[in-house]
Amino acid sequence: MSAFVQANLPYLLAGISVGGQYALIAIGYTMVYGILRLINFAHGDVFMVAGLVMVYASASMPMYLSIPLVLIATVALGFTIERVAYKPLRSAPRMSVMISAIGVSYLLQNCALYFTGGLAQMYPTIPWLSNSVTIGGATTKMVTIVTPILTVALVFALVLFIQKTKIGMAMRAVSRDFETSQLMGIKINSVISMTFVIGCFLAAVGSLLYFTNYPSVIPTSGAMPGLKAFVAAVFGGIGSIPGAVIGAFLIGICENIIKGLGSNWTIFSDAFTFVLLIIVLLVKPTGIFGEKATDKV
Amino acid sequence: MSELLRIEDLKVNYGGIEAVKGISLSVEEGQIVTLIGANGAGKSTTLRTISGLVKARSGRITFAGEDITGLDPTSIVKKGITMAPEGRRIFPDMTVKENLRMGAYLRKDDLSADYDMVYDLFPRLKEREWQLGGTLSGGEQQMLAVARALMAKPKMMMMDEPSLGLAPIVVKGIFDIIRRINDQGVTILLIEQNANMALQAAHTAYVLETGRITMTGTGAELLADERIKEAYLGKAHS
Repeated sequence: MSAFVQANLPYLLAGISVGGQYALIAIGYTMVYGILRLINFAHGDVFMVAGLVMVYASASMPMYLSIPLVLIATVALGFTIERVAYKPLRSAPRMSVMISAIGVSYLLQNCALYFTGGLAQMYPTIPWLSNSVTIGGATTKMVTIVTPILTVALVFALVLFIQKTKIGMAMRAVSRDFETSQLMGIKINSVISMTFVIGCFLAAVGSLLYFTNYPSVIPTSGAMPGLKAFVAAVFGGIGSIPGAVIGAFLIGICENIIKGLGSNWTIFSDAFTFVLLIIVLLVKPTGIFGEKATDKV
Repeated sequence: MSELLRIEDLKVNYGGIEAVKGISLSVEEGQIVTLIGANGAGKSTTLRTISGLVKARSGRITFAGEDITGLDPTSIVKKGITMAPEGRRIFPDMTVKENLRMGAYLRKDDLSADYDMVYDLFPRLKEREWQLGGTLSGGEQQMLAVARALMAKPKMMMMDEPSLGLAPIVVKGIFDIIRRINDQGVTILLIEQNANMALQAAHTAYVLETGRITMTGTGAELLADERIKEAYLGKAHS
């Protein structure tokens, strides 16, 4: 047993780390769905843009400026997308908003293609995060250790925010009932913007951690992590934050354990995620923490 | 007594049809005013228009001398108009206390006196303070909806069918509370299908039929009116 753990420790660590990164993206999907009943297809691409912003920002300014800039720019992007592409469709059928989201996704990818000229952009080395550490005989990057800790801390802060603050309560109220929330005097548009701001902030943090493990960013870099985070959110019961986080860690860990089984299995690590999606949709479409009766697109 | 709310020739389209076809009415400060009428007469649409959820096609709504036509719901709450909506619409996954907190969403001052005030009106809610709204009985949910609407310290509270789906004994309790709230100086605009209870409580009443006001008078006058007895009170009440 301990030999198995010993042999698989690097994969387990990597899995926990990637899981944390998926979790940070998955929260954006699940929160937006919770409030707007919208699968925000552009979310993975916002994540990719955060990566590109880091590439360009770090080329011309020091890290202590680039990192805050990435966070601010990503949040501003999410806010703008909501105001321009989703808010005007507030009373339109849900399908229209979803198509708008798909449009934004392609727009971001194509803008990225235009700006990068289709070339992979070298992701900068964030000093401390890229340092090597050794735990239990496994050598890994600092980011592997930092990710789960940071993720858990951010999720904890987020849950506290939603449970205890007045704005958090308003978010819960709006996700339940638009009209009655308005009768309380809650400005639903501000609450919806807040949701996008939080979701994009977490995606930006996720991108800093995620891309540190990869050499470069390309315009479709957001697609796979975005899709996996989405599966995590569905697995956990879309709309539920703890569900999304648990789903993300589970997918991250399983995926990497499969990679650890040997080279014959490695190619199946992505397939696992999608098999999981199919099984969840067949067996328990509402996910582990999902609400019972919601119509879904 | 002065006029608090005035509606002039209000027309509202709702769901593709003209639900309110030019009504005018007036609510005196400190009164209980009721709008009675059958399902689909335009009662709810009228309240929803006052609260800003629905936009009027034409007409004017004045509150405390100020034109409030077309204001958004947040501004309406700020002006001192709140609503206990039809079907109660409490937040089921929030505690009783959190529901009340949401009612006072726009207030920044200390709320402890207000919690005491609503718990005094509804001792049952005090007992259930930490229970989730969704676990309350229908009557308790209605109490919570009314208490929540009171938390904003409204000048006028609107109630949409507070008796709907409740046992007669519970309905009587709700109407007793409505009178007590009114005694504390809150003006009440009430819409009801339970015409008998509503007319007994109301100072002034309006009858709404297919988007138009067809009769008006004091509650007692309408209770005694033959046509009202025929159409809304049924033979049992005559």
